Amino acid sequence: MMNERDKPVGQQKPMDTAATRHKKSDAKPAKLGREVQARLGQQLRAMYDDVVNQGVPDRFADLIKRIDDNGNKDRQ
Amino acid sequence: MPMDESVRNSILAAVPSLRAFAISLCGNVDRADDLVQETMLRAIANIDSFQPGTNMSAWLFTILRNHFRSEYRKRRREVEDSDGHYADSLKSQPEQHGHVEFNEFREALSQLPADQREALILVGASGFSYEEAAHICGCAVGTIKSRVNRARTRLAEILNVNSAEDYGPDEQTRAVLAGGE
Repeated sequence: MMNERDKPVGQQKPMDTAATRHKKSDAKPAKLGREVQARLGQQLRAMYDDVVNQGVPDRFADLIKRIDDNGNKDRQ
Repeated sequence: MPMDESVRNSILAAVPSLRAFAISLCGNVDRADDLVQETMLRAIANIDSFQPGTNMSAWLFTILRNHFRSEYRKRRREVEDSDGHYADSLKSQPEQHGHVEFNEFREALSQLPADQREALILVGASGFSYEEAAHICGCAVGTIKSRVNRARTRLAEILNVNSAEDYGPDEQTRAVLAGGE
């Protein structure tokens, strides 16, 4: 099981946890800088929120409405 | 049977984030919308297996994720046979915003292994806890943590950013010049 002490990203910590358990694929330091992580996180959320902010396209509102209508018909 | 009003509203309310998750997973808006529609239909058909009081959004994400995984396994061979690169589907995506940096980021995201990509999105963008993400992906919390870490490291490698200075104006200019397709 995973060590509960593992800190979220960006926290500097001695290399005694998960980071040492999976093998390193190259010589670069595995830890990313805090600023780089923050920037990657921003880009990821910006990309994601761009879609979220499009709301519910008609296609899905219509789908739910059709299902509702069918359900009501079945009941009658 | 008519749909319970609160179920109906919860499903509709989850649509925007389900779409964002689906697009991040498959990199193609049309396919993502098909995934979302199939997820909604499956959720409604299997609503009895939803436990009231638990997180509806996480339940819907689980359905979408599992459906994507089984579709992906089926399609991967077709896609590789037809054009060699799964990432090519990104290029058919309509340009919705003029941000070259965005496209570069999307492209980098598409190069991550699927398990790392989904873990990173669930935790880093959808706002699920490591525990919720582990539940959605059907794996241990430690596995999610390690996938998220590897995903971040790999993204930084692909985007060639090692320090915040790599995000300067020069980098953006380079991206504009390189991204002229």
